[in-house]
Amino acid sequence: MIRACILMALTLLPFSAPGARAVGLEVPIAGGKFESVLPPSPKEKAADVPPFRLDVALVSNADFARFVRKHPDWRRDQVAGLFADEGYLRQWSSPTEPGSGIEKQPVTQVSWFAASAYCEARGARLPRWHEWELAAAASTRVPDARNDPEWRQQILDWYATSARGVLPAAGASPANYFGVRDLHGVVWEWVEDAGSMLVSDDSREQGDPNRNRFCGSGAIDLEQKENYAMLMRIAMLSSMKASYSSNSMGFRCASDAKAPR
Amino acid sequence: MNRRATLFNRAGLPVLLALMSLPLTATERSASLYQMHEKLLDQDGRAIDLDVYRGKKVLVTMFYGSCPATCPLIIDTLRAIEKKVDGPQRQDLRVLLVSLDSERDTPAALRQLADSRRIETTRWTLAHADANAVRRIAAALSIQYKKLPDGQFSHSTIISALDADGKIVVQSAELGHADPEVLKAISAK
Repeated sequence: MIRACILMALTLLPFSAPGARAVGLEVPIAGGKFESVLPPSPKEKAADVPPFRLDVALVSNADFARFVRKHPDWRRDQVAGLFADEGYLRQWSSPTEPGSGIEKQPVTQVSWFAASAYCEARGARLPRWHEWELAAAASTRVPDARNDPEWRQQILDWYATSARGVLPAAGASPANYFGVRDLHGVVWEWVEDAGSMLVSDDSREQGDPNRNRFCGSGAIDLEQKENYAMLMRIAMLSSMKASYSSNSMGFRCASDAKAPR
Repeated sequence: MNRRATLFNRAGLPVLLALMSLPLTATERSASLYQMHEKLLDQDGRAIDLDVYRGKKVLVTMFYGSCPATCPLIIDTLRAIEKKVDGPQRQDLRVLLVSLDSERDTPAALRQLADSRRIETTRWTLAHADANAVRRIAAALSIQYKKLPDGQFSHSTIISALDADGKIVVQSAELGHADPEVLKAISAK
């Protein structure tokens, strides 16, 4: 016990967080009503998030290499240009090998199309934005820490130092309340509905000329403007086309909750 | 980028630095939409692929049948483009409208829409795709969309002009009139 406490203090990894679940490939998350920075519609503030399962860790280079070897259509030298830009997997030492030293790191330089195909091959899918945001709202102790100024600052500090230096191994960061790791401070992550963020540059302005481009209700306005970390994610995701890749964009998979027994 | 920068400047935080440190590799390879294989159904229930009009100049966009305002305008815009194109070229031009609404826009519903809007389905196709295919096709066409709780869709209206090989030559978000850039793309040899 004493040893465990010392270890915790040294690494700041609260392994024994009260709500943490057993570590597995993916964890079940109950979902529920969730107040997102991206409300489902101008009339509804809270999104309904059905129960889902989310990968504990980001997909690693080694994971993705296994996929590419099995599905050569997704090798960087064979992929259709529609699905991936020139940067796709270019950090790898060969079309099928990440190269030594980066196997355990989260895979980056993958397009939305490639990330979707990976999850689909596993019988899963990319997480939806609301699912991702709900999971990422948790601290190590509580499911929704978004109103905790200390937690917020911690997140922002992570972002300020991210995208620099070598990425940590996938799954190396502490598990949050739901048992999910790597949600903050490692990479940006693709979501299934990256093409649905609907945040045009001017969506916060009155009399937005861009509204004409949208059928239906127009661009959805952002909520919780103090939640910078999430707004940054949305800005990032809405600036990326589905074929783009970036050395700071990775992904994990999710799936629908299994039907109750 | 400027406007995004403004957003974060207002936020008063160094987050902008983090955003700017992200190199976006936007070098796009020459890409044909026909590299994508999605199963579609046309307004008569026939199974088709996105390359149903391979070999022709094609205008592609997405819409949904029960849309009250902008979607009729999409059809009008496509017609305005057609009108500006000379006879033989017009005969060669094709239009593919893929529905975002995989639940309600069944082939029968699309047939009804084609009839009520007097759409000639010899040169135009209204297509149904399942939800996953819709997501991928929209991504390939850079069309943003979102299903709203009331069953309507919020979506951007981007018309893509494809060459004979399915390469996206130009994309236009202009509605209500024929975008000269689109006309130029269609008229090019």
